[in-house]
Amino acid sequence: MIEESNLTTKRIREYLEHGNRFDKRNPEEYREIKIEFGVSKKSEGSAKVKIGKTEVWAGVKMEIAEPYPDSKDKGNLMVTAELTPLSHPKFEYGPPKFEAIELGRLVDRGIRESKYIDLKKLCIEEGEKVWQIFVDVYSINDDGNLLDAAFIAAVAALKDAKVPFYDKKEGKIDYDKPSKEKLPLTENEPFNFSIYLIGDKFILDPTQDEENAGDGRLVLAVTPTKPISICSMQKSGEFEISEEKFSEILDTVEKTHKIIFSKIQKLVESSAKK
Amino acid sequence: MEEEINIEESHREIVIPGEIIVSGSDYLPGDGTKREGNDIVAYRYGLSDKNGKLIKIIPLSGVFIPRRGNVIIGRVNDITFNGWLTDIDSAISAFLPLSEVPRYIDKNNLSDFLDISDFFNAKITNVKSKGVDLTLEGKGLGKLEGGIIVKINPNKVPRVIGKEGSMIKLIKDETNCKITVGQNGIVWIRGENVEDELFAKKAINFVTDRTFISGLTDKVSKFLSEEKNGGKK
Repeated sequence: MIEESNLTTKRIREYLEHGNRFDKRNPEEYREIKIEFGVSKKSEGSAKVKIGKTEVWAGVKMEIAEPYPDSKDKGNLMVTAELTPLSHPKFEYGPPKFEAIELGRLVDRGIRESKYIDLKKLCIEEGEKVWQIFVDVYSINDDGNLLDAAFIAAVAALKDAKVPFYDKKEGKIDYDKPSKEKLPLTENEPFNFSIYLIGDKFILDPTQDEENAGDGRLVLAVTPTKPISICSMQKSGEFEISEEKFSEILDTVEKTHKIIFSKIQKLVESSAKK
Repeated sequence: MEEEINIEESHREIVIPGEIIVSGSDYLPGDGTKREGNDIVAYRYGLSDKNGKLIKIIPLSGVFIPRRGNVIIGRVNDITFNGWLTDIDSAISAFLPLSEVPRYIDKNNLSDFLDISDFFNAKITNVKSKGVDLTLEGKGLGKLEGGIIVKINPNKVPRVIGKEGSMIKLIKDETNCKITVGQNGIVWIRGENVEDELFAKKAINFVTDRTFISGLTDKVSKFLSEEKNGGKK
């Protein structure tokens, strides 16, 4: 990838030392977020999310399946991601690579551990039949911060999803019958923060160039219980975080979460009405 | 003079691959077109351009196709015993031999001059099916240091440069930056400070977003002066 240039990287790092970013954002500022529902007709729920130029689509599909042996009274959740070659030249066709698997699992973990979906309510017959939720995430354009976009899209698609009609006598699902039953969602709506550490600074919502310039990434999924609680965390890259640094990050995350979370609620409300 | 240009531009039409541009044996097929029977058929997406008998297509999209004599910006991918393997953002890789560098280089330490992931400005000397050969012999060619790299659509390079370099000269003068536009769509910008460089980047993106507007140079000069005054306030 010729765009990944060490010259630009150097400039980004120098510029950030003075607290500046190339697009004049604050280090913790997000680009404009857009949400659109119902982009896929045949899915139970779907959403399209844009953060700046980054675009991700997510869809929810539901099926009847056997529960896992360790959670006989709970529904199944499965998040898979596909990073399509149209979104960035670095992605190729073929079986999912490291990045796609990681993205899917990070979204999965964030949603699962936040207990956003009340999986117990998705049990039809204990140990025999439960609802299985598939969340499929597709990248359409990658200009950095795919993970946060994918996370918002997955959560929005779950909000949009309607449980299809299940005929208990025949044991079949009628996908065509209109349904109004929403998924059993709780108040713990998770939100994901990808924090990129560059030198001794950190930024939220990086662009593609900033991602290339970063030393590594810290992923935090949080739920809005007061005060916010962390439900999933992952550090990737070769770097270390001091204690003070970490508390600084947590303060920023808490502050940003207040702003961004209410913004997303408003966006979801306004686009759901249409 | 101006009228002439306008008449010429009105002949340009957007064509898609497979479209018949003209029929009859009066015309000759040029770049991006093919003769099929009695017709001249487009095989690229772009603007069809009639110049006398010759019909060619000015492509609107597509990748960079290396040609001999092109000045490009590339990046070092690998170092061999007698040169550098480089990426010039094309389907085929390019090779810069040690003998084409007009300065003394320690044969045991090629990375002293160009290391992996370093950028350089070079000229294409030869295009073969196996690969492209590069040279650093020429004015203004060599390693690029400092600055930022911006990628644009290679088909829009002629517009960014402008007639006899008018557009790029305007941007250079207004932003006080050194700018090199490679034919492969890689642009190198270096200024006194980062703000100037970002300003130049913005101006270049302004041009590439409005490639098919006539009188673009005036618009760009207006944009640049507006941005400059806005920035000062």
